[in-house]
Amino acid sequence: MKRDIELIVIGGSSGSLDVVIEMLKDLEKDFELPIILVLHRLKNTRAYLADLFNRYCVLEVKEIEEKEEIKKGTVYIVPANYHLLIESDHTFSLTVSEKVNFSRPSIDVTFESAAIIFQEKLAGVILTGANRDGAAGINAVKRMGGLCIVQDPKTATMKTMPESAIQILGTPDYVFSPSEMTIFFKTLKKSNYAKEI
Amino acid sequence: MLLEESEIRMLIYSIYEKYGYDFSNYSKASIRRRLIRILDLLEFNNLKELQSWLLKSNENFERFLNEVTVNVTEMFRDPTFFKSLKERVFPYLKTFPYTKIWHAGCSTGEEMYSLAILLEEAKLLSKAQVYGTDINTNVIREAREGIYPLKEMADYSRNYVRAGGKESLSNYYLAKFDSAIFSSHIKQNLLFSYHNLVTDSSFNEFNLIVCRNVLIYFDRELQAKVFQLFLDSLPPLGYLALGSKESVLFDKQRDQFEVIDEKERIYRKNGL
Repeated sequence: MKRDIELIVIGGSSGSLDVVIEMLKDLEKDFELPIILVLHRLKNTRAYLADLFNRYCVLEVKEIEEKEEIKKGTVYIVPANYHLLIESDHTFSLTVSEKVNFSRPSIDVTFESAAIIFQEKLAGVILTGANRDGAAGINAVKRMGGLCIVQDPKTATMKTMPESAIQILGTPDYVFSPSEMTIFFKTLKKSNYAKEI
Repeated sequence: MLLEESEIRMLIYSIYEKYGYDFSNYSKASIRRRLIRILDLLEFNNLKELQSWLLKSNENFERFLNEVTVNVTEMFRDPTFFKSLKERVFPYLKTFPYTKIWHAGCSTGEEMYSLAILLEEAKLLSKAQVYGTDINTNVIREAREGIYPLKEMADYSRNYVRAGGKESLSNYYLAKFDSAIFSSHIKQNLLFSYHNLVTDSSFNEFNLIVCRNVLIYFDRELQAKVFQLFLDSLPPLGYLALGSKESVLFDKQRDQFEVIDEKERIYRKNGL
């Protein structure tokens, strides 16, 4: 099925750092789809995560700033202790509202918000993790017609998160190992891209 | 649940008509999320039900206001910010016989008490007037009381130490049952009042304005308007401190400020 994906959102918790690095390190400069990473982290940690990823990635990885516009070829990290929402003009809105699933950032919050705006042009990815955050979010992606991808629980350090996602979805569009995801992302990149800034 | 833009606009308009609170330039994504949460919390099936309920009485609207605004805060949130404020801005405050500080969007007051404690330790509190404002009178009442859950104090103490606090946080409050009651000494020069950044104008001139994680709930148009309000409320060389992810939003007015600490988002208005 040929789709025009414009945005990839990836949610992960415990064990996901290595997976994300493995996924991102093989994406070349010509990969134009914007990627948003919603990763559970310790609060009050600063932008070190972006530095860490930048050491391994060709693509620019940066922490999101309030009301920044989504640009192609960029990997965005949701800052610690904020939830991320997406506006209809494709800018970011941060909030410090209540934790969801004991988490801020919460994967559900961003996935639900992105699903409303990007609908069938959104790809949601759920990675390894020890709680159920992300299950409702990936289900929202499905309801709005987006593409649902889940890390193969066999390859996950913590299976709860991918298994919860698979359970709520019934059948995800794809269940991939981290390296399969990278290959799949590359097939998406020649479709329509995010809004030209 | 999917809420139509038009339904949301209608609700916002009816609130403005009846109560004078204007949410039309709030972040759409954030308002949508808050409304979904409120429907869930108050067990309404749709926005129409919510609308007729909240137009019924002031008490209902107060309840709504409590939920639609985000009042999640903590003491010494981002300790490195407070440390920088102490190191970079306090020396400037010390050059005045008397200073005025505005904490815009103070919510339940945790950050304001944090600031007051650091001012006290720098011997600045007794010669300062710190104004805390919010659009929500319920949270202002709580801020004025300065009573917080005792169970939070362990976390807050850790933040306090990282912020460069000199004493022990427990010196500033009385532990009673499960509450931490902040001392009247710390409250001495704090003044809490209602102020709406959306509709009210500048009410004074301040040596320092602190407004953290408030503008994130506004759209760009309103953000620019509030920035002008801050500019109008700062003397030349007055300081402005923002939330740790709020830098892009004032791109247009950036040339009117000098960057004091890029990472902690502390700026100073240009001199004449």
